[in-house]
Amino acid sequence: MNSETQDNSLIREISAEKYRYGFTTDVHTEIIDRGLTEDTVRLISERKGEPEWLLEFRLKAYRHWLTMEMPHWAHLDIPEIDYQNISYYADPTVKKEGPKSLEEIDPQVMKTFDKLGIPLEERLALSGGVAVDAVMDSVSVKTTFKKTLAEKGIIFCSMGEAVKNHPDLIRQYLGSVVNYRDNFFAALNSAVFSDGSFVYIPKGVRCPMELSTYFRINAAGTGQFERTLIVADDDSYVSYLEGCTAPMRDENQLHAAIVEIVVLDRAEVKYSTVQNWYPGDENGRGGVYNFVTKRGLLKGVDSKLSWTQVETGSAITWKYPSCVLQGDGSQGEFYSVALTNNWQQADTGTKMIHIGRNTKSTVISKGISAGHSQNSYRGLIKVGEHADGARNYSQCDSLLLGDKCGAHTFPYMDVKNETAIVEHEATTSKISEDQLFYCNQRGIPMEQAIGLIVNGYAKEVLNKLPMEFAVEAQRLLSVSLENTVG
Amino acid sequence: MKPAQNYIELFKENRALVERGSAGVMNTLRDAALSSLARYGLPHNRLEEYLHTDVSKWFEPDWGMNLARLDMPVDFAQAFKCSVPNLSTQLYFLANDAFASSDRASKAGLPEGVFAGSLKEAAQNRPDLVEKFYGRLADMDKPGIAAINTLFAQDGYILYVPDGVTIEKPLQLITLLSSKVDLMVNRRILVVLGRASQAKLLLCDHALAANNYLTTQVIEVFAGQDSTFELYDLEETHTANLRASELYISQDAGSKVSVDNLTLHNGQTRNTVCVTFDGQGAELSLNGVAITDKSQHVDNMTFVDHRVPDCTSSELFKYVLDESSTGAFAGKVLVREGAQHTSSQQTNRNICLTREARMFTQPQLEIYADDVKCSHGATVGQLDDKALFYMRQRGIPQQEARMMLMLAFVGEVIGKVELEPLRDRLYRLVEKRFRGELTQCEGCRACR
Repeated sequence: MNSETQDNSLIREISAEKYRYGFTTDVHTEIIDRGLTEDTVRLISERKGEPEWLLEFRLKAYRHWLTMEMPHWAHLDIPEIDYQNISYYADPTVKKEGPKSLEEIDPQVMKTFDKLGIPLEERLALSGGVAVDAVMDSVSVKTTFKKTLAEKGIIFCSMGEAVKNHPDLIRQYLGSVVNYRDNFFAALNSAVFSDGSFVYIPKGVRCPMELSTYFRINAAGTGQFERTLIVADDDSYVSYLEGCTAPMRDENQLHAAIVEIVVLDRAEVKYSTVQNWYPGDENGRGGVYNFVTKRGLLKGVDSKLSWTQVETGSAITWKYPSCVLQGDGSQGEFYSVALTNNWQQADTGTKMIHIGRNTKSTVISKGISAGHSQNSYRGLIKVGEHADGARNYSQCDSLLLGDKCGAHTFPYMDVKNETAIVEHEATTSKISEDQLFYCNQRGIPMEQAIGLIVNGYAKEVLNKLPMEFAVEAQRLLSVSLENTVG
Repeated sequence: MKPAQNYIELFKENRALVERGSAGVMNTLRDAALSSLARYGLPHNRLEEYLHTDVSKWFEPDWGMNLARLDMPVDFAQAFKCSVPNLSTQLYFLANDAFASSDRASKAGLPEGVFAGSLKEAAQNRPDLVEKFYGRLADMDKPGIAAINTLFAQDGYILYVPDGVTIEKPLQLITLLSSKVDLMVNRRILVVLGRASQAKLLLCDHALAANNYLTTQVIEVFAGQDSTFELYDLEETHTANLRASELYISQDAGSKVSVDNLTLHNGQTRNTVCVTFDGQGAELSLNGVAITDKSQHVDNMTFVDHRVPDCTSSELFKYVLDESSTGAFAGKVLVREGAQHTSSQQTNRNICLTREARMFTQPQLEIYADDVKCSHGATVGQLDDKALFYMRQRGIPQQEARMMLMLAFVGEVIGKVELEPLRDRLYRLVEKRFRGELTQCEGCRACR
């Protein structure tokens, strides 16, 4: 494994290219003062013109947050975070008044999303067949395809709009899966959440296209606290994609989101994430702290929820997309590829809570660590007393590239029902020398060979991604691994 | 913190008594133990490592302690009903926590230089030797029972095997718990194996009277370079018995250690095993079986620390849980930076036979080196319906078929026992256990 002979200039070129979303957009952004008090919460609520009950919800969460301490049980080394030194609301769309149509959106913002390859214009979107909700800093910039979706009765809009137009639905479901008391970051998010997407699929509707949200942190000194809520009514189906990027900055930026999914009778939701927040530079400076609570409640019988995630970004990731399998015969799936390089740290995994009868869950997690990074899988499989015939299969593999990184597995299994079958397997190994040699022999250079092998290793998960994302994810894996040889 | 405080005060009041009943070398560590206990208290279930077993609660009742070293008569003949047929062993007895010099514990037949017997006597006669090893592995810098054990332990067992010596005959240490009052027992075992030496040690725990017992046990094993050591720790007590054991092993280069932890009948048990590889090329085989019913509880926690390259560890733990019993297993494997070519495998398989039975399992891997092969697997399930059906089709009654399957299930672990007579005996014991006969077994009349 030596590539020291490689041309230095070439290496520099590649490393400069490593994070290609690291630009910032010079756009007029209204940012509220740093710090978090009850007034901040009131101010956010006021800015968004929220009804009284939502403000109450935020304040309850804020007051609860004050009583909590930041969790330290994860296998992460999290530097002290000064929650008073973060601005909790940044709005890039404010000019004098809010935008009424596409034309009014700052052309700079449009350019940003163009650069990211996010088709905001509907005619562009037509070719991709993906409806996009783009969120920059705290505000949803633009949701495409709304009309087509509305014909089917599908609601896909920003959280802010949903609060105004569909208050009943929001009131019914907001916080029903992730309570504001759930954990420290959930409480924080519940207090200050800004925008995010809301999706409602009516009974019996199969969403004809992929729905997608693109998150972007742009402004400096801000955090992003978006909130996504998906409700799939009886017999419906939706596939939802989420992507995220942030500019390269020396400071750490906080991202604490909540995703709640409610799946009713026989409905199916597919949730895919390609997380590519700025991971910090090769010395571990900067990067996004990604502390996210994602949970799905499989309320209905025979409902299905599938989480697929490709985690390549963020300086620190703390994320456990979970399924509460409440309905009889419900199924939860979790497919994950987590790649850490340089000084990145990731503690990620899933929770599968089996409550209903004949519930099934599958967990496939592939960790890849390189550089000085630490990559942990942490998962819980819980089978309740009444979950007759519960079935779980978990497989966690770790791949180590280099002798300075770490790969860890912390699975928890708690079984209270004698008819349950729970299986867990984990392996840790390095890239096979034989495979590398084989590739080299056939003229494939070391870096490409590693990319090839890693992609093959992660294929089981990548295959679960929708087409558009799979290509992107594959490219991302190779890019993130550049310069790990040697 | 409260029970710990009571014991601290108890010790302070009776320090002279405790020290008089022990030996100088063992007394030197009591101050360190006292400050550790004051600092960490007794392990409770708010600690991640003791999540499923609140050991501190065990210490709450008012236990009797034999600090004055009163002679407690024990009927050693009873132990013989639990002996291993066809296995000739070098026998030793611990009556509660005092080494009992019985006629049966003959000293003949041991190779020259081997020292086996009372830890207290050894500490008095060979203080230089004991001082070098006593308390060196037991970690008092964390919550655990090492502190309270070190604080009160007055006697125990020592096995010292000099360089190059092989003890062919297995050594057997039978602990008999017998008293007229509820009793707390603090037992200490020290095993030192010289370079290229070999020994086998079988520990048997029995409770003879129906009283409540609380046992703390700390075992320290130093496996010298190229030494071979087999340890069998067999618990056959009763449902009113509480046991917290900590086993520490340090393996030098090229040493081979195998540990079998067998819990056949118990009340509440917590076993902690910590193994560190201090020399390259060492091998560890760590196995365990737990068979529980009623409201029994078995919690095994293992920690294997790969500090140096080229070591191999394999773990296999199997549980069969019946009625409303609970089981817990937490196995951690740490591969430190630079510990290349580590090979580590860990398996935990469990069968829950009833709805009330509950199993927690938590295998963990923490790896900081890249050229390693590590894996772990854990399952919780039940007997295979297809296999049961197949057997019933062939005229085997349901009950019998279930038993055969369970036997086969734990048989994988018992099959790893190298001593053949012991293996046969264990098969028989396990079979009896599954038939529900062990509670009336001839040797353990006290079992309830």
